[in-house]
Amino acid sequence: MAKSALLKSSLAKKYWMALTGLFLCLFLAGHLAGNLQLIFGDALQFNQYAVFMTTNPAVKLLSYVTYISIVFHAIDGILLTIQNRKARPIGYAKENPSANSHWASRNMAILGSLILIFIITHMVNFWAVMHFDENMPLQTTTIDIAGQKQEFYLTTDGGYLPKIQVEQKAVLIKNRTEFFDAAANVKLKDGYKDLHKITFDYFQDAKYGLIATIMYVLAMFVLAFHLLHGFASAFQSLGVNHPKYNGFIRVFGKGFAILVPLLFATIPVYIHFFAK
Amino acid sequence: MKLTLKIWRQKNAKSEGKIVEYPIDGIDGDMSFLEMLDILNDGLINKGDEPVAFDHDCREGICGMCSLFINGEAHGPDRGVTTCQLHMRMFKDGDTIFIEPFRAKAFPVIRDLVVDRSSFDRIQHAGGFISVGTSGNTQDANAIPIPKHDADTAFDVASCIGCGACVASCKNASAMLFVSAKVSQFALLPQGKVEAHDRVLNMVRQMDEEGFGNCTNTGACEVECPKGISLESIARMNREYLVASVK
Repeated sequence: MAKSALLKSSLAKKYWMALTGLFLCLFLAGHLAGNLQLIFGDALQFNQYAVFMTTNPAVKLLSYVTYISIVFHAIDGILLTIQNRKARPIGYAKENPSANSHWASRNMAILGSLILIFIITHMVNFWAVMHFDENMPLQTTTIDIAGQKQEFYLTTDGGYLPKIQVEQKAVLIKNRTEFFDAAANVKLKDGYKDLHKITFDYFQDAKYGLIATIMYVLAMFVLAFHLLHGFASAFQSLGVNHPKYNGFIRVFGKGFAILVPLLFATIPVYIHFFAK
Repeated sequence: MKLTLKIWRQKNAKSEGKIVEYPIDGIDGDMSFLEMLDILNDGLINKGDEPVAFDHDCREGICGMCSLFINGEAHGPDRGVTTCQLHMRMFKDGDTIFIEPFRAKAFPVIRDLVVDRSSFDRIQHAGGFISVGTSGNTQDANAIPIPKHDADTAFDVASCIGCGACVASCKNASAMLFVSAKVSQFALLPQGKVEAHDRVLNMVRQMDEEGFGNCTNTGACEVECPKGISLESIARMNREYLVASVK
C-alpha cells in the first residue's frame, strides 16, 4: 500500500514533480553562476571552469541527477497532463478561467514543452559539442614575439604550445585535447576545449547570431512564466503552506522566477551586441 | 430584465446533449438564480415543453445540492455563494448567460444540468468518518482539550458542503479541495487523529479510482468554493499523505 502510494498515486506524482522541479531550480542557479563568467570572466577562466564541470566527480554525479530530473519531470508532467485531460472528457461551452487563476498556472504543460525543446536545442548546440564533437577547437592565444605575431595553444599546465607545430604535424592532437609528439608518440600536454569560442561564435554568427539571441531571450521568458507558478507550487505540493512562510516563499519565488531568466538572457544579449 | 439563456439540454445519461437558447423576460434583480430557472420552467411547462432539470434542495447555501456552471464559473460570478444564493442583480439587462452542468468524468450527467456526484459519497465512505462507538458512554466534548486554532481550522474546513464546485472549476477536474477538506476536518481533531493515516491513504486512493484529475495548484478551486475552503487544506492533505506513505 505505502509503496505503491509513493509511486503511483496522484499525490505521489506531484511530490516527484515538486522535488525534481526544485532540484532543477538549484541547477539553474548553479548554471547561471557558471555562465555569468562569460560576461565577467575571460576565455581561459570560462574554459577552465568547463574542464572542472566535465571532470569533477561530484559535478558529474550532480549532472546525472540533473539529466534524470529533467527526464522525470517531463515524463511525469506528460502523464499528469494525460490524466488531467481524461478527467474532463466533455469540456465547457463557455469558460472564464482568468476569473479564478493565473495564465501561467493553467499553461504549465505548454510552457514546459517549450522549455524541453529549448533544452534539447541548447544541449545540441553546446553540451553535445563539448562532450562529443571531434572537431571542437582548442583555445589559442596570439603572442607578440619580437614583433612577430605567433599563435599558441594554451595548455592545462599553464604553458603554451606553438600552433605551427600542430600545423606541421610535429605534434598531433589525440582524444580531442591531448597533444602528442608525432615522432615519439608521447603525450606532451593537454589543451583547453574552447567552449568560450563556441558560445561567442554561436551568438555572434553573422547570419544566425541575432535570431539565436532572440530565441534564447524568448526561451527565458517562457522559463520565467514556468517558474512564476512552479516555484511556489512545488512547496504547496510538498505540503509546505503556512501563513508564517507563505509570504517569503511567494516573494522569493517571484524574485527567482524573474531574476534568474533575466540574468541568463543578458548573457547572449551581451555577447551579441556588446562583446568583442 | 431581459436575458438570453444558453442551457445544456440532455435527455439522459446516454443521449447526446446540446446547448439550447431560451429568451426570458421580467427577471428581477432580487430574484435568486434558481428562482429565475423556476420561472423559465413554469413557462416551458405551460407551453408543454420539458422543464430544465437542475439540482436543488435547501436553497439557503448549506445542503450542497445546487451546482451549475454559469458563464464559465461554478456557482456563477459572485464569490462565497452557492447558485441558490446567487442574485440576478449580478447580471445586466440583455446579458447572455451560459448554464452548463459541472463537467468531470467522475460527475456524469444524468439529465440536463443534473450530474451524479456519488463519487464524492464513495470517497467519504473510504475514510471520511470516525470509527469509534459513540453510543452509551460518550465522553464529554469539553473534557478533551483542543487548541483553539485547530478547533477553528477544523470548523472552517468542516463547512465544505461537498457541492463539487472545486471539481467543476479545476481545469483538471481534480477533487483535491473536497478530499483535503474532509481529511483536514478529522486530522485536526483528537478523535480523528487515531485513524488519520489510513484515512488519507484510503480517501486519496478512492479519489484516484473515481477518475478525478491531479492538482496543479492553479487555485481556481479556492476562489470558486462557496465556503472559502483554502488551498492550505490541500497542503495539509499532501503532508498527511506523505507521512502516511512513508510509515
